Amino acid sequence: MNLYSWLQVILYFAVLLLLAKPLGSYMAKVYQGERVFLDPILGPVERFLYRLSGVDSRSEMTWKTYAIAMLVFNILGLIAVYLLQHLQGTLPLNPQGLGAVSPDSAWNTAVSFASNTNWQGYGGETTMSYLTQMLGMTVQNFVSAATGMAVMVALIRGIVRHTTKEIGNFWVDMTRSTLYILLPLSMVLALALVSQGVVQTFSEYQAVWLIQPSAENEAQLIAVGPAASQVAIKQLGTNGGGFFNVNSAHPLENPTPFSNFLEMLSILIIPAALCYTYGKMVGDTRQGWALLAVMTIVIVALLGVAVWSEQSGNPLFAKLGVDQNQSAINPGGNMEGKEVRFGIVNSALWATVTTAASNGSVNAMHDSFMLLGGLVPMWLMQLGEIIYGGVGSGLYGMLAFVIIAVFVSDLMVGRTPEYLGKKIEAYEMKMASIVILIPVMVVLIGTAVSVMSEAGRATIYNPSAHGFSEVLYAFSSAGNNNGSAFAGLGANTPFYNIALGIAMFIARYWLAIPVLAIAGSLANKKKVPAGAGTLPTHTPLFIVWVIGVIIIVGALSFLPALALGPIVEHLMVLGK
Amino acid sequence: MTTKKTARRETLRGQRAALESFIKLNPRWMVRNPVMFVVEVGSVLATLLWIQSLIGKGEAPAGFIGAIALWLWFTVLFANFSEAVAEGRGEAQAESLRKARQDTPAKKVSSKVEKFESANIEHEIVSSTALRKDDLYLVVSGDILPADGEIVVGIASVDESAVTGESAPVVREAGGDRSAVTGGTRLLSDWLIIRVSADPGQGFLDRMISMVEGAKRQKTPNEIALNILLAGFTIIFLIVCATLLPYSIYSVEASGSGTPITITVLIALLVCLIPTTIGGLLSAIGIAGMDRMIQRNVIAMSGRAVEAAGDVDVLLLDKTGTITLGNRQAVEFIPVNGVNANELAEAAQLASLADETPEGRSIVVLAKEKFGLRGHTVDGMHFIPFTAQTRMSGVNLPPSFPPNRTTIFRPIWGERGGWKLEKARLTR
Repeated sequence: MNLYSWLQVILYFAVLLLLAKPLGSYMAKVYQGERVFLDPILGPVERFLYRLSGVDSRSEMTWKTYAIAMLVFNILGLIAVYLLQHLQGTLPLNPQGLGAVSPDSAWNTAVSFASNTNWQGYGGETTMSYLTQMLGMTVQNFVSAATGMAVMVALIRGIVRHTTKEIGNFWVDMTRSTLYILLPLSMVLALALVSQGVVQTFSEYQAVWLIQPSAENEAQLIAVGPAASQVAIKQLGTNGGGFFNVNSAHPLENPTPFSNFLEMLSILIIPAALCYTYGKMVGDTRQGWALLAVMTIVIVALLGVAVWSEQSGNPLFAKLGVDQNQSAINPGGNMEGKEVRFGIVNSALWATVTTAASNGSVNAMHDSFMLLGGLVPMWLMQLGEIIYGGVGSGLYGMLAFVIIAVFVSDLMVGRTPEYLGKKIEAYEMKMASIVILIPVMVVLIGTAVSVMSEAGRATIYNPSAHGFSEVLYAFSSAGNNNGSAFAGLGANTPFYNIALGIAMFIARYWLAIPVLAIAGSLANKKKVPAGAGTLPTHTPLFIVWVIGVIIIVGALSFLPALALGPIVEHLMVLGK
Repeated sequence: MTTKKTARRETLRGQRAALESFIKLNPRWMVRNPVMFVVEVGSVLATLLWIQSLIGKGEAPAGFIGAIALWLWFTVLFANFSEAVAEGRGEAQAESLRKARQDTPAKKVSSKVEKFESANIEHEIVSSTALRKDDLYLVVSGDILPADGEIVVGIASVDESAVTGESAPVVREAGGDRSAVTGGTRLLSDWLIIRVSADPGQGFLDRMISMVEGAKRQKTPNEIALNILLAGFTIIFLIVCATLLPYSIYSVEASGSGTPITITVLIALLVCLIPTTIGGLLSAIGIAGMDRMIQRNVIAMSGRAVEAAGDVDVLLLDKTGTITLGNRQAVEFIPVNGVNANELAEAAQLASLADETPEGRSIVVLAKEKFGLRGHTVDGMHFIPFTAQTRMSGVNLPPSFPPNRTTIFRPIWGERGGWKLEKARLTR
């Protein structure tokens, strides 16, 4: 790694952490209903929306009502996206005249976008019309992100409030998230991206004359479309569903290193800022910083492994005498599947950041990463998408781990477990265990079913340990709502579309509901004042403890499967 | 207790615990602890696989499977052994408590009797288990009290060492704030008429025994929560191991070499991953917690109480008769407003003749000692007994009784604190 590589990483994290506090305190103000500078413009819009939909913004819901509201809203969105895809042949804004999407793929895409996963078993520019992309994908990008944020805010309110049954109003939380946070940020980012050259147009695909025409072709069809608007929210809402098939590796979706930097930054910016928001709303910002420290330490450590692995290159090439050293004219390392304008560090950084954050967009093909370099994204997803994680969903997943960590550590010290003044009892443990259990179950059982069934095995184009890794990655991605893929798997088959769709649905909603249950139960409790025996939850010791719990649970659950995938591949390559 | 005797008792207890650890292998008992139940099922599976390998069709060498099975059985048995040892410690305490709670004969008295003047009251001998709430029974010196109750008549000295461990006898009497007695304690002097306050099996002693024994031990709230967490982890790791088999089969097929993972290895991996140690020792820890408190003479009435005790920083005790003697004694008569001391003493003594509390009796004794006045009855005297509500006793004298005073002063507690004297009339 040379100087520029280090600078790249340091610059990225420095800007990220610097922006966390301002954005975080802005979001805290939004969620607590305080005046923000956008109030004069957006306030009337918000009130109009409430009047239009009949929502009483002052009434609040119990956790069950909140959960039902969230579920109903998401399922309606799901159905809407499905219908859009089914009917897109007859709808306007379809200059390429694309027909209806096949049912299994439509189901998969609908679930995927509603659950903030954005697993794309389809190629965007060859399957989806502009209208579907805008009304279906982009809208879901906004509201699925807002759903995650709403559930997280409900959990925070559950921790902060006491002896009440109400944890907020889902419609208000959703609207405020979208209107005050996601929309303004997306507009700014979209304009910035357009300035860098990301396409934004309604015209049909452009035919351009080739500089070197060949016998068959004189012109090439360049796919365009309203990409910038979608890309902005794709990154900000940790969605990941790109406009084009190769996602942010496409030159019209991610043209310059600066647009790459902006897009990478926007993956983690809201999850990082939400940690500060959390601290602000519970009244002790050290809690937020502690969680941010946990996440940053893990990601930096794993980033180191990824970058090192990619920069070291392919041992088999080294044996052939290929020069893989980094120099002024040679990026070195493993450049297969990577864009030349990004290089090793930016690709490895993007891969790490996107799988830490349940985003799933890519600017390089993860399938071509070296074996340990591919292990890092896979494992980051399998940890539960809590290292930064999705907007909202990452933090509430992390809080479930924190509850378990607090429970175990308090018992070790011999005290009644309590977190931020609330006692942790059997009900919270049950729900937190479910939150940890379900993604693991979905990933492992899904992979097992795929490798056992004929339909699953038929489209593994790289049979062997790498093929197994591809299937494992696919289910890890779906089972943790990430959405990225090891591309070597033929995943647009009915089997995988349906199986992955089910995995995504379960992972999102069967996780959000226990979280809301925890929120409701904590809100109902009395607040216990901190005493001499309370274990502080912002100290370096606690940070290390939480990291330990996360790593141990993640490692123990997935090491056996990983041992048969990337690890055995790595050992086989080393042994050759 | 000689060291030889303690050593012998220890070995006996150890042997009994070892035997119990085999008895506890019963699946119906093991199911209550899901983690150890999984280990037990694994042991059974491993044993079956071992037998299968002995007849030649095994998936791995017989020695390997046999060794794994043996380790698994040891794990289960040691967990049971620890639980049995913990329960054994509580046994000794429970035994001594049980002795106190034996089926003692009770002298049941008919509730129709109005006045109890001495111990010679008509009674029938029934078993303590036949006594019900609100029954009356008589105890005389030397008897063991058959049931919990409240003293109706009498004052006596009671040996409560069986229940509280207090070596000095305590005084219990009717009409004061120390009128509650516990079944299983022994009367040392005088006699008492007691009204039963709890049905058999519900008494204080019975509840203590069931808690100490551990058989009906309530799980503490944290234990329940921890059990849930352990169950969650067990499920996760069960799935991890179960799905490893298809992965292994696929890998073998895809690479064309190697053998799929054996079930024995999967079971061994499972037992390594699940929280076996905590799961096995959790019940022993719970019992030990209860036992530790009993050893310090603190009785935890529920599982929750054991945990609350761990959180306690400061303990505020109400100074009632069971902790101290609280025996106030009169030491001086102080006349006010020109009242003659002799007259005061006589009046005070007359008023306290019917008072059975220690204070009242001490007034009578003081009057006798200081002024030579003996208690005497006057025709037409009507005693007003001491009650908790008025906290006074008195006597209504006939109009003929000298001195011819119609006004008395009565101490009352003022609104802003402090005793005040209030004029009161003699009632007729």
